[in-house]
Amino acid sequence: MADSALVRAVRWDTVVGALLIVVLLFSFGFVDGFGNALNLSFLIGNTLPIAMVALPMTLLVVSGEIDLSVASTAGLSGAVMGALWNQGMTIETIIPLCLLLGVVCGLINGLLVTRLGLPSLAVTIGTLAAYRGIAQIVLGSDAVTDFPTQYLDFAAGRLGDSFLPQAFLPFLVLLAIAVVALHATPFGRSLYAIGASEEAARFAGIRVRRQKLILFTMTGLMASLTGIFWALHYASARYDNATGLELSVVAAVLLGGIDFDGGKGTLGGAIAGVFLLGALQNVMSLVNVSAQSQIVVTGVLLVVSVLGPRVARQISVARAGRRAASTPTS
Amino acid sequence: MTNPSDTGPAPVLALKDIAKSFGAVRALRDVSLTLFPGEVHALAGENGAGKSTLIKTLAGVHRPDAGQVLLDGAPVVFHGPGDARDAGIAVIYQEPTLFPDLSIAENIFMGRQPRRALGRIDHKATHAETAALMRRLGVDLDPDRPARGLSIADQQIVEIAKALSFDARVLIMDEPTAALTGSEVARLFGVVRTLREQGAAVLFISHRLEEIFAICQRVTTLRDGALISSEPLEGMTEDDLVRRMVGRDLEELYPKQDVTPGEVLLSVRRLTREGVFTDVSFEVRRGEIVGLAGLVGAGRTEVARAVFGIDRRDAGDVEVDGRALAGGSPSAAMSAGIALVPEDRRAQGLVMDMSIERNIGLTGLRTSVKAGLVDRGAERSRSLDWAVKLQVKYARIADAVGTLSGGNQQKVVLAKWLATGPKVLIVDEPTRGIDVGTKAEVHRLLSQLAADGVAVLMISSDLPEILGMADRVLVMHEGRLTAEIPRSEATEESVMAAATGRAAA
Repeated sequence: MADSALVRAVRWDTVVGALLIVVLLFSFGFVDGFGNALNLSFLIGNTLPIAMVALPMTLLVVSGEIDLSVASTAGLSGAVMGALWNQGMTIETIIPLCLLLGVVCGLINGLLVTRLGLPSLAVTIGTLAAYRGIAQIVLGSDAVTDFPTQYLDFAAGRLGDSFLPQAFLPFLVLLAIAVVALHATPFGRSLYAIGASEEAARFAGIRVRRQKLILFTMTGLMASLTGIFWALHYASARYDNATGLELSVVAAVLLGGIDFDGGKGTLGGAIAGVFLLGALQNVMSLVNVSAQSQIVVTGVLLVVSVLGPRVARQISVARAGRRAASTPTS
Repeated sequence: MTNPSDTGPAPVLALKDIAKSFGAVRALRDVSLTLFPGEVHALAGENGAGKSTLIKTLAGVHRPDAGQVLLDGAPVVFHGPGDARDAGIAVIYQEPTLFPDLSIAENIFMGRQPRRALGRIDHKATHAETAALMRRLGVDLDPDRPARGLSIADQQIVEIAKALSFDARVLIMDEPTAALTGSEVARLFGVVRTLREQGAAVLFISHRLEEIFAICQRVTTLRDGALISSEPLEGMTEDDLVRRMVGRDLEELYPKQDVTPGEVLLSVRRLTREGVFTDVSFEVRRGEIVGLAGLVGAGRTEVARAVFGIDRRDAGDVEVDGRALAGGSPSAAMSAGIALVPEDRRAQGLVMDMSIERNIGLTGLRTSVKAGLVDRGAERSRSLDWAVKLQVKYARIADAVGTLSGGNQQKVVLAKWLATGPKVLIVDEPTRGIDVGTKAEVHRLLSQLAADGVAVLMISSDLPEILGMADRVLVMHEGRLTAEIPRSEATEESVMAAATGRAAA
């Protein structure tokens, strides 16, 4: 049908993808210092933590839940990593332990939400504070910086002479896994049903609580992986690493068209949202927009990101409605 | 084809040769309708006949492509619902939307409360005006009572009172009785009669023919967007009306085939959920349709939920085809071969924003799988297959299921569950709120399924449906099974006696 292409064209994730391309093209052409390899590697390197956490967060928000404790879990993992390193443990032992810790953090969130039926917003605001507090108890105000060189080099280094960080390739693998998990497996499909109507999902035999528990656990795991990456990338493990990361992640994911109420959006859109936000912040820094003004822009973008997908959807619903009305049923 | 009346009062509202098209399809073709004061006028037609479009035209939501809306004989143009409301036209919908935490009076005067000095709300005046409205309607509802906990019938009465407070002279009631119980319908009808006596014009839409005959004086019938007739109900029979709506003689509404029941497929023993139902035991055999009757709130739906594992059971056993079924897990119930078509198709049966294809596909997520991934080809052909088998009428299989009419939505729910190839099919109010043609189709389908060897448990508040379709009737009263009546002995009297706890059948 002629207007199905139109309907698809107003899908918000496509809009964000197009915006990202426009911003990149514009920046290459008109922003001094944007296109050089060093800046691009900074841009991507600084955006990677957001992108990593955005993967499970997208799945979580699609299923109608949210995890605001991710930054604290990341910080806690980094802090524990630093503390254990100071104790003389080998990094090869520390990293699996920290990942396990992330799993536990996620599991706690998930159990509180699924077993006690508490709203995830409230639960994870609570654990946001708790996990960060534990991080401070564990590491105090120390900064651990003397991690093994080959790990630091991996986390901060670039692929050959290119602008791509070395960590970008593993990220692409994770992205591919997440895309397949959300869009092609029965598990991912059921998340959309859960997010759109948890009751109908339950009546369709979907194991809602189990799926959510898995999601929270995966989110904890990814958050701690991000925390490890963060500490190595910036060569500094502190208790306050990644503070505020959850806001960037949620903002980017919403900007990418993931509906806060659940049930809608694509991972492609979410990742486009992440890099759009990253690119805009990078450009603003390059053209000397003050930090305060950057916050204003980010705030406005957040509002737009909640509004935009709704407007886009309304347009396509109006079109679909016209189409449905033009084909009488029964 | 209008019905100009030379005698009697002048029409308060009339539609004259209204046409409305959406794209290439003509939803209304030269439809005329005349509403007189002091008359309850039925609007009849199957789903998709154009009733909704007509109502929306009257309510100012749609603007007609051609034709006129006449108010007191003068042509008017409604630019939006506000215009229609100001003209004294009010629509009462099936499911009222009141603010649950506000009182009845506050709901009625929301946003336009009588004021005292300094803009303070005059609660006394609000209360008094609401009380006056309730007296006018002849009902006894406390204006200060919060809307929370009101029955749907009472909520509709509040909506009617609200409409009256806007000086509405024309009330359009869009399937107001679909979610009401018998006594609630009687209460609502009392109010409608009061309104009629006070000179209001009421346009009444219902799929229940007996209600049309009980409350209306004239009926306008639409079919495929065209006006079929507009005539007095006096002297008409239900069959006459159905013929006008369907355009043919309806095949039998209860096409029950005779089947010799086979082995027991569903066996429920001493099932108990504390405070909800107690000690419920029954069996359903291959090929049987077992009706589960009872008043609303008797615990029928709750038994179905517990059998399917939506709710936990406190005691008792369920066996499917001889194998014990663990409680509390719908996915285990599905694997065992149970399917449940729930009573609330909008909240429980379907994900309204999802496509028809994906909704049917939901129950096949674990089976339409290749190498761990959803096999989209298999999913699509499974969905298309069942949508076609059940004759779901849709534009595209990728359209949101919410765009379908109620009857077609119900077919999608059935498709979704039949696609799992169930041994035991539990249907809860399978034909509530759907038109008579689709109803006959659903009944034929259930009968065919039973003949093909499915054990069917049918919960229904529609007594003729129970009597027409069931091989055996189980009756519940206040959480207990009070009777089991074979088809040959089931009558309205015997079932109702057991349902109200009057007889030990």
